[in-house]
Amino acid sequence: MLTFSPVSVSFFIMALFTIGGGLGVVTTRNLVHAALFLVLSLFGIAGLYVLLEAPYLAVIQVLVYVGAISILITITVMVTRRLMGIEETYNRQWPIAAIISGLLGAGLIALVVAQFGALTPVADVPVDNIEQLGRAFVTHQGFLLPFEVASVLLLAAMIGSIVISRDV
Amino acid sequence: MLIEQYLPIAILLAIAIVLSLIVVFISRIMGPFRPTAKKLSPYESGMTPMGPAVRRFPVKFYLVAVLFILFDVEVIFLLPYSILVQDLGVYGLITVSIFLTVLTIGFIYEWKKGALEWE
Amino acid sequence: MVTLEFYLIVAAILFSIGVYGVLARRNAVAILMSVELMLNAVNLNLVAFWRFLAPTELNGFVFAVFVFAVAAAEAAVGLALIISIYRNRQTVLAEQINMLKW
Repeated sequence: MLTFSPVSVSFFIMALFTIGGGLGVVTTRNLVHAALFLVLSLFGIAGLYVLLEAPYLAVIQVLVYVGAISILITITVMVTRRLMGIEETYNRQWPIAAIISGLLGAGLIALVVAQFGALTPVADVPVDNIEQLGRAFVTHQGFLLPFEVASVLLLAAMIGSIVISRDV
Repeated sequence: MLIEQYLPIAILLAIAIVLSLIVVFISRIMGPFRPTAKKLSPYESGMTPMGPAVRRFPVKFYLVAVLFILFDVEVIFLLPYSILVQDLGVYGLITVSIFLTVLTIGFIYEWKKGALEWE
Repeated sequence: MVTLEFYLIVAAILFSIGVYGVLARRNAVAILMSVELMLNAVNLNLVAFWRFLAPTELNGFVFAVFVFAVAAAEAAVGLALIISIYRNRQTVLAEQINMLKW
């Protein structure tokens, strides 16, 4: 059950940011405003990471999502902006989409409440969590191969986006 | 729960939100608002404005932003390592060097392609 | 104490909002924004499960970090594709990008 505490109050504020921002993203007509709502939503997620005792992920969230991906999206909005004329926000199938996503949300919530009702953490987060992470990334007992593959992925993304978006 | 540690950040956030709302709404409420067609038109140093003020944005900005985002992601992988540089020694240095070399290849490619040139 | 289900409910709502955006929006950039919302919902799920079920192990945490990397790569290439389509066809509306349809 939920009790009144600083944690639960900040949880609700951050959840409000997240969901309100998400609704703003899908309902706003102006795409620049939608990008700003996206920033709000992602910031709320960062707050939730703090409450989940993963401050490192919160920092990454602010650094990568709020700082970089939203900038990229804003630039794309500006590059691809139509110079005149208002366009419709939604396509013809939006009522079906609303029904499908509403059912999906209701189903997921029902499933979650039935399966994971009122679970509390089984243990505390280790204090040296980030040290463990650093060790896991660069040693072969940990996640060395995914770590190196991530660099290849970033290389592919870099070259791909240059080739695709450059002037021919 | 160590939530109390974040109290200064919460206070900062609250002050920032409240202050920005105050600034926006004070000027909305207190300032006179008597629009005329001349006042609402874009200001171009006294000339009559011609054409839409909204221009298309060059794609160059996008390429720079892509570079930024990818090296940003690189930081999130190297930050945990940086705490234990001494501890991990040569082994860690080699594995991180492989990671960095692969990314540097992309950087050199972009440089040679001229994506960074601004003419 | 905020229990696990509350985080999962927030993630479920955010995911559904993202699904609605992907299905209903016309502008390709808005669709990509909705995809980012869905990715974030999934990541929130991962971190919540890590915190509540296995906080002493690193797997869930590392998975979340890799999701960040993949999301950044996906956003970079996806937005580059949208820009390229805009240059060739002067539109970013999803239903007008139909050259593969017969």
